[in-house]
Amino acid sequence: MGANLTFVQRCIRHRSFVAGGILSGALVGIALLSVVWTPHNPIKMNIRGRFADPTWNHLLGTDQFGRDILSIIMSGAQNSITVGVVAVGIGLFFGVSLGLLASARRGWWEEIIMRMSDFMFAFPAILLAIMLVATIGPGAVNAIVAIGIFSIPVFARLTRGAANAVWAREFVLAARAAGKGRFRITVEHILPNIVSVLVVQTTIQFALAILAEAALSYLGIGSQPPTPSWGRMLSEAQTMIFLNPWLAVYPGLAIAMSVLGLNLLGDGLRDVIDPRLARER
Amino acid sequence: MSLFLVKRFITFLATLFGATILTFLALEILPGDPALVILGVDAPDSAVEALRLEMGLDRPAIERYFDWISGLLQGRFGTSYTYSVSVLELLEARLGITIPLALMAMVLSVVMALSLGLYAASQHNKRGDVTVMGVSQLGISVPNFWLALLLILLFAVHLRWFSAGGFPGWENGVWPAFKALILPSIALATVQGAILARFTRSAILETMREDYVRTARAKGLTRRATLWKHVLRNALIPVVTIMGLQFANLLAGTIVVENVFALPGVGRLILQSISQRDVVVVRDLVVLLAAMVVIVNFFVDLLYAVIDPRLKAHDI
Amino acid sequence: MTLLSVENLSVTLNTMGGPARAVRDMTFTLERGETLGLVGESGCGKSMTALALMGLLPETARASGAVRLEGENLLEYSEAAMCRVRGNRIAMVFQEPMTSLNPLHTVGHQIGEALSLHRKLGRGEAQKEALRLLEVVGIPDAGKRLGNYPHQLSGGQRQRVMIAMALSCGPDLLIADEPTTALDVTIQKQILDLIRNLVNDLGMAMILISHDLGVIAQSVDRVHVMYGGGTVESGPTAAIFEHLSHPYTQGLFAAMPKLGQRAKRKDGAKRQRLNTIPGVVPELADLPAGCTFAERCGLVTDECRAAPPPLTSVAPPAGNASSGNASAGIAPARIVEDHFAACVHLDEARARLNSA
Repeated sequence: MGANLTFVQRCIRHRSFVAGGILSGALVGIALLSVVWTPHNPIKMNIRGRFADPTWNHLLGTDQFGRDILSIIMSGAQNSITVGVVAVGIGLFFGVSLGLLASARRGWWEEIIMRMSDFMFAFPAILLAIMLVATIGPGAVNAIVAIGIFSIPVFARLTRGAANAVWAREFVLAARAAGKGRFRITVEHILPNIVSVLVVQTTIQFALAILAEAALSYLGIGSQPPTPSWGRMLSEAQTMIFLNPWLAVYPGLAIAMSVLGLNLLGDGLRDVIDPRLARER
Repeated sequence: MSLFLVKRFITFLATLFGATILTFLALEILPGDPALVILGVDAPDSAVEALRLEMGLDRPAIERYFDWISGLLQGRFGTSYTYSVSVLELLEARLGITIPLALMAMVLSVVMALSLGLYAASQHNKRGDVTVMGVSQLGISVPNFWLALLLILLFAVHLRWFSAGGFPGWENGVWPAFKALILPSIALATVQGAILARFTRSAILETMREDYVRTARAKGLTRRATLWKHVLRNALIPVVTIMGLQFANLLAGTIVVENVFALPGVGRLILQSISQRDVVVVRDLVVLLAAMVVIVNFFVDLLYAVIDPRLKAHDI
Repeated sequence: MTLLSVENLSVTLNTMGGPARAVRDMTFTLERGETLGLVGESGCGKSMTALALMGLLPETARASGAVRLEGENLLEYSEAAMCRVRGNRIAMVFQEPMTSLNPLHTVGHQIGEALSLHRKLGRGEAQKEALRLLEVVGIPDAGKRLGNYPHQLSGGQRQRVMIAMALSCGPDLLIADEPTTALDVTIQKQILDLIRNLVNDLGMAMILISHDLGVIAQSVDRVHVMYGGGTVESGPTAAIFEHLSHPYTQGLFAAMPKLGQRAKRKDGAKRQRLNTIPGVVPELADLPAGCTFAERCGLVTDECRAAPPPLTSVAPPAGNASSGNASAGIAPARIVEDHFAACVHLDEARARLNSA
């Protein structure tokens, strides 16, 4: 059956992996492109040309300040990706470290780390972001930190579960019998064996980070003007929903497609990396 | 009471305690003087100093923490700086919106999840399954506030079946108030329901591969009877867990969705308090929301013990 | 009328690597009170055969041929009609007692389920009958066990519950698929004895599936040795064990540990290695055109690879081998009569066995 195919063949045959790859690739590509080129300057206003209908010059029209919507959306991709990378990076680094520690030390370490992550699960990320904003004031950095902190327990749990399974395997027992220390075993044997699980979760957390950032920006406690942000575009669009409903469509579509792409990529990766689990899709 | 429930109850108390500590520390230790935050950086030093005294900020943190906690335990909430009334008073009317909204969304998402998940699993790998999975994948990817905007666009702007937001209040009749919560609860429930539906489907499919399901079939039970009598209850165990965990996201969602629909609920109060720098209100509300999440999860644990006899007898 | 008559039963699985024939042309009959053993390595089609009889094949599988229960072909039955057969006229005991019981239902409920389904017993009556069945299968303190959940029972007790469940509606045919494999050795014998005695007492027919020749030898009247989805040797148990004919059966027998073997050795070697059959079981998706065992057989010739060898009657073994040691009570002539093997090199195989 499918297990005989090579990794690349499995990737190409997997429909959601391909679709997810294309969408995620487009997100990254557009973000990179917008650094060097956008059709218009995304923050340059032109009051006379506001609410322009789509034309060849402004493919998606212009907003209430006459800014080119396509350009803002393209630049907004930068914001989403930056938030995703930094927030997931924070979660990945601390979460994996804690998870590996819990798994390597077991006993009290494990108990404390796991209880703490249980606790964090009960505490919605957005509440922490709100508290941070309440004390330090709104801003992209606070939002990123809050999102990052709340992906720590996700990674910690996942890492600890996967690592515990690897610790029980024969080759690890052999390494322990050979006198290798816990740290060395963790680096040489445990980590390489759980990378695939982490990769899958990373794409999914990335999607969640984009969603969370959009929500915070929509509420006005995420990234601040003039940084183009999809979430804030939506909150601005809402005030003019009777005047120009399309403004409320494009940014949301951009968020949904990015998140959809990353989710599909994550699902696809899970199947492609471990074909035995692929049966249930 | 079994050991399982005792353990869960202790965890429950510990989590509540942890939530208060975290909230207190976040507002206390983090840079920023609450008095300064409230009055703004431009305020004269004398005014800040006066407010610090009024808020008791000159006393040690531990003392103030216990004051706060014992107040909460006795139902004495803090006093809002902006409104000059107790947080409890602010809450009264607002909980009347947020709790029904959360409940409606919860019920809606569970109904959606169970029926779609069950349908997809029974149609495994057929067209119905693929369709449900595709739609739910889309549902997961859509931000709830954007879905809310789209609902407003369609039902308020275009069809004019609903108003675009606002809340008439329960005192002006149950139906108008209920109607005002319909679109918000759909916006909230869709994302949750999509996640849960996918989870329900895979839990059912996984359970269907269990040996005892084959045993049931070997006894002569039909496919349908097996599904209802043997698969569903077993599959519900993981689904209920996720439901509990999802509740935190649901509450967080109310903050966003209440803002989209301009519903004067707890979520909107939090955001307003932030913009008004009303730290006392923010602190009490955050703890309140966290407590709601913890309480719901405790009930999920109780539900576990009802579903799974292994937990009643054994100490897990 | 013959209770069960299986004619050219084949099962084809639709796998990603193409159609795979998991069972090929199984043919046998079974009378009331008769017991049949299916033996072979895992993946040889034993369990697939059983599931085909139950009508519980996986969705990707398709069965052809005929499974006649008192003349009626079950393969043509609708799903609803099959539900009335399962648990009622044909019952099954599975390999894993730990996972074959629903953890969320009481033992009494699970036994009573078939009773209320097929015999239309009310709740109270079903529980009374369940209690009686638990006593029949030898569970101590049965009254208390009725309200227990599976996790409160030991493995052996759970398998007894499975047996009680299978017996509940007095089936004509019991299929036991590796019923003792997952149990401790000490429990294995108890369960096997229980099954044997119940089959005797109740006069039902049984198909016992096992990879363990020892279990088969002491439990059934007739044996089918299966390999690659088909029968390679069949006959009365005593005849087969006395005249191992097919090279595969010989290999299977040689791979069995024998008690006291070490003591018998005279050449000074400290330990004798267990014999193994070289090679691996072939992929069902691409079985060879000829004999399925050809690739692992020491006697293989081009003839073997050309076409599948038919089941032929085993000719009387050459004089010296049989005359002396035929078991008491079984006439040698009868043994030969319905002892078949699917091999074109039967004579060489037997010669090799005798010289060893």
